[in-house]
Amino acid sequence: MSRIRPAGLARAAVVFGGLGAFPFLLPANWIVNMAVFTLMFAGLATAWNLLGGYSGYLSLGHVAFFGAGAYAVAIMFQHGGIGAGYTPFFVLPLVGIGAGVVALPIAWVAFRTRASTFAIVTITFLFVVQQLAFNLHSLTNGSQGIGMAVPPFPAATYERPFYFAMLAIFALAVFGCWYVRGSKLGLMLFAIRDDEDRARGVGVQTNPAKLITFALSVGLTAMIGGVWAYYLTFIYPQFAIDPLITIGAVLMVYLGGKGTLWGPALGAGILVPAQQYLAYRLGASELYLVGYATVFLVVMLVLPRGIIPSVADRVAGFRGQGRGGVLAEDGIDVSASQGAGS
Amino acid sequence: MRLIVQACILGLLTGGVYALMASGLTLAFGIMRVINVAQGAMIILGAYLSYSAFTVLHIDPFLSVLLITPVVFALGVGVQLAFLRPLRREDRQELSLLVTWAIALGIEGVLSILYTTTYRATIPSYANSSWRVAGYQVSEVRVFAFGLSIAILAVLYLVLSRTRFGRAVRATVQNPTSAALLGIDANRISAFGFGISVATAAAAGAVYGIVFSFNPGSHYDLISRLLTIIVLGGMGSLGGAVIAALFMGMAEAVLATTVSPTWSSFAFFVVLIAILVVRPQGLFGVRERGAL
Repeated sequence: MSRIRPAGLARAAVVFGGLGAFPFLLPANWIVNMAVFTLMFAGLATAWNLLGGYSGYLSLGHVAFFGAGAYAVAIMFQHGGIGAGYTPFFVLPLVGIGAGVVALPIAWVAFRTRASTFAIVTITFLFVVQQLAFNLHSLTNGSQGIGMAVPPFPAATYERPFYFAMLAIFALAVFGCWYVRGSKLGLMLFAIRDDEDRARGVGVQTNPAKLITFALSVGLTAMIGGVWAYYLTFIYPQFAIDPLITIGAVLMVYLGGKGTLWGPALGAGILVPAQQYLAYRLGASELYLVGYATVFLVVMLVLPRGIIPSVADRVAGFRGQGRGGVLAEDGIDVSASQGAGS
Repeated sequence: MRLIVQACILGLLTGGVYALMASGLTLAFGIMRVINVAQGAMIILGAYLSYSAFTVLHIDPFLSVLLITPVVFALGVGVQLAFLRPLRREDRQELSLLVTWAIALGIEGVLSILYTTTYRATIPSYANSSWRVAGYQVSEVRVFAFGLSIAILAVLYLVLSRTRFGRAVRATVQNPTSAALLGIDANRISAFGFGISVATAAAAGAVYGIVFSFNPGSHYDLISRLLTIIVLGGMGSLGGAVIAALFMGMAEAVLATTVSPTWSSFAFFVVLIAILVVRPQGLFGVRERGAL
């Protein structure tokens, strides 16, 4: 069981209190719209970090589950099962659990490989799902896409239900990560990340740990996809299963700090508004791609370990001057243990 | 039956081009443990360069290979020096995936600005002519493309097996630490190796542009296939990549004629899953180090 520390509790209270009040303090539609996307990526990045950051398995195919969640909601909508208004939000837990269950056999196959090969298999999986979305015409309408009725929310606060849905999933993701970090599963994952063979050697059940984490991570991802689809009310394959979504979330994780609790959300908080601004200023998607690639390369080369571990190192090094700072030696582990109770 | 034989011929010829594309990818992995997600983008870049050489300078696409490969080789060396070498050794493998993905996006963006996103194809005068061999249609362009790919692969094989540089590359693939201890400059090998790996991609791209139409986004289509091929052949195994490429080319073509063209790319994924279940290290892979 994770220990609740006052500092960590205070941090969570400030973050979620602030986020809860945000749409009432700044109610302009365009601002809340941007906040919806920021929270969406914060959730995606946090969910990705659960697998990629804690176990070290780099999945580049998470957007396949994002798209699957989006299509699940859209298809249920089209076939009249879930009604309009607020009801689509209530099927999201089902979408998440469904995605987690479907993910298990896929993960079992993918986890037969390690490191780069695992990443390759997940990339391939992304294209399989994209191809399925194109080809299963009777279910997905192929490249024409699926539309949903625009929900009857008042125009002035139209974004608010989506904002709170995204916030709820993001909070769930952060809570899940925090809980896992302090639990036995978290210790198993850290052991796998550090040396999987040795972890197996000392009796860690590596396969169940990896499978459960994969299912949790993609379940959250699929729920976010569901909210996203309902927010846009129209999805088609290239758009719902866009490799840029995964790669964006992964970039945010690296910027904020891989393997830390708040790093992915911090990365999203910095990059999504910047991204929206870039898209607004540069307009044409071609220039936007180049800008994106540039930001990506700069982050990877200048800050490969991310903001939170780098800052934590500085702080630990600074404090350590008085107390023989051994802690600062091993960056990631310092931040992991420091953030463990937050 | 006739249709299946016809499909096999077509698939084998396409497979030869895939073999050239995948050999560079697996070579880069063997030398540096780097997975170059930008390999597809480099192929499309080669296709566009050859397209421009053909439409503007009227150079035959097969001749333009001689012009394109040095240019892309230099680009590859530059990419290796600027973006891959600075990565720390212990996390190079995972970071290189993301860095090369970013490079792919950058190339895609630049190509979309220069050429827009309209589909193009390089169409020389002989594009549609074909021979009849024992009653089967054999497209001339595809035979030339296959021949060029095999020729470049043969040169690559000779360089790796007969030259001093090739011996250094193989030593680095087998055991980088011992190779460095014996005085092999790993940085130089990596830079040249990466240059060669993307230059072969560009050469393959030049012929790809004659056989298929392409736009800047086509690299996703290619990279998903090529990654499957190198996993199938065993990461870092050059011979494995060639055999896997020929096999996948044929499997894809046969599926396209017997089932439907829209499902043909599934051949790759079905075979990939089957291989992972039975033999996760690929056909010719070894668990520890790559074999060349």
